[in-house]
Amino acid sequence: MTKRMQWIYGWLLLTPAMVMLFAFTHFPAITTIINSFFSTSRGRRPAKFVGLRNYEELISDPTFWKVLVNNLWYALATIPASIGISLLMAIWVNDKLKGRSLVRMSFFAPTVLPLIAVANIWMFFYTPGFGLIDQIRMGVFGLPENSWLGSQETVLICMMIVTIWKEAGFFMIFYLAALQAIPPSYKEAADIEGASRWAFFWKITFPLLMPTTLFVSINAVINSFRLVDHIFAMTGGGPDNASSLLLFYIYEVAFKYWQTSYAATLTVVMLAILSIIAIGQFFFMDRRVHYK
Amino acid sequence: MSDLSLLEPTQTAPPRQFDYDRFFNSLGAWTLALLWALPLLYAIWTAFHPAAYEARFELFAPVTLENFSKAWSAAPFARYFLNTFMLVTIILIAQFVLGTLAAYAFARFEFPGSGFLFTLVLLQLLVMPDILIVENYKMIGTLGLMDTIVAIGLPYMASGFGIFLLRQTFKTIPKELDEAARVEGAGPLTVLWKVYVPLAIPTYLAYGLVSVSHHWNNFLWPLIITNSVETRPVTVGLSIFAAVDGGVEWSVINAATLMTSGPLLIAFLLFQRQFVQSFMRAGIK
Repeated sequence: MTKRMQWIYGWLLLTPAMVMLFAFTHFPAITTIINSFFSTSRGRRPAKFVGLRNYEELISDPTFWKVLVNNLWYALATIPASIGISLLMAIWVNDKLKGRSLVRMSFFAPTVLPLIAVANIWMFFYTPGFGLIDQIRMGVFGLPENSWLGSQETVLICMMIVTIWKEAGFFMIFYLAALQAIPPSYKEAADIEGASRWAFFWKITFPLLMPTTLFVSINAVINSFRLVDHIFAMTGGGPDNASSLLLFYIYEVAFKYWQTSYAATLTVVMLAILSIIAIGQFFFMDRRVHYK
Repeated sequence: MSDLSLLEPTQTAPPRQFDYDRFFNSLGAWTLALLWALPLLYAIWTAFHPAAYEARFELFAPVTLENFSKAWSAAPFARYFLNTFMLVTIILIAQFVLGTLAAYAFARFEFPGSGFLFTLVLLQLLVMPDILIVENYKMIGTLGLMDTIVAIGLPYMASGFGIFLLRQTFKTIPKELDEAARVEGAGPLTVLWKVYVPLAIPTYLAYGLVSVSHHWNNFLWPLIITNSVETRPVTVGLSIFAAVDGGVEWSVINAATLMTSGPLLIAFLLFQRQFVQSFMRAGIK
């Protein structure tokens, strides 16, 4: 095949996918940034350039700060917890264990269920007085009923638990794959040397799992900004935005208050956060040739 | 990594006397597994028992399917299922076609700009359509496709993840096979169809499972873009059904919840090993 034919074929094969990618990823990403400098058009009043006014509004918007701080706490709590638990799960499931496939199924099942559906189930757990958690608290410990989702102090923690429960099984799979790639001879050698399981884990397994840990953490970070379905079913962001996250706030601003320019400005913040992660990923990950 | 020993234990040391280590590890694993299964077990319990047993756990409580029939008749779930089925099918076909062509271009053709374009593809792994809801909503409006099933699928049809995954697979296929077919006079598209696609079937399977479960479960974007019974997928239908304040019993909501996740859950139980392997295959590389 001539060089020119190679070019033509390459471009032609790529065109359909690239057109779709541009239309729904790159182009909207760019217009998001542009629209953040314009006002929202309403009826006969067209959008006009307002410079940094949307960003000034953002800085003085207490809800934005609250939601951002919520999201950071949410990320900070759910990411290490779900990764830690998933690693533990993977090690257990990889080991000789009675009823292993049942255990693995139980860990992995939340992954295939819709988040919006499982949120309904968790709702019941948290129901004051009637829910399972309160029944145990009241029945066993004689404590008064508690409105878990109605209190500013506990609501975000409740959401975090749902997320950890949903994600750990998913991450477990990646660790499981990585664990099985570790040659058994390492373990045999360690046994001959008389190394404890604990030492073997910290000195051999954990370092070998490092690339997986990085891969999983990137996924976890993105998910902590991307997945907000359970907020719709459980709290609607309340009480007083205590359980609202950035994407949920973007949804509210755009589709409840119809301030699309301000929603675009909020999306720019989201894009900035994700870019920082991308740069971080680039620096951490380049050792392991991931995209070659 | 295709052999079945994949999920077997990697170590089989003979047990010494009583192994405390093993005992406590098993205990821990089982406790956590029970804890993890609890929400699902609970949903199953309430869904199959009368409302009176929502919070009373008696071994011989009467089993009933009434909650399911109540849920089924209270909302047009049959239509919602059909919508979801059409949605995941449309997305899957589009992703396979677009992804295969693009991956083939990246894997086997040399053309100017391929490196840059591939970077743009990978960018979608980070900037997903999920977060560009505001602008994509406008885009769908401009196209005049508001409240259609196609509109729910459009942003996901070209998948950076899918292109990446297929490109990796195509690159592992020996060039000699490719050249042998060309010597016999096959054109590039014939080679793709006769050589590359058949050899990448495990990847298609893995990616297909991931894609179907992902779009079956997707909620936010369909919620924004749909506005009628004829287009709503089950996830949105369920959220509307469950949100009717106070009117619906827990047991009925849980029955509906199980119903919407049922097909995926059953598929998962039947193909557990393939499922787990697919997710693994789709994730590493």
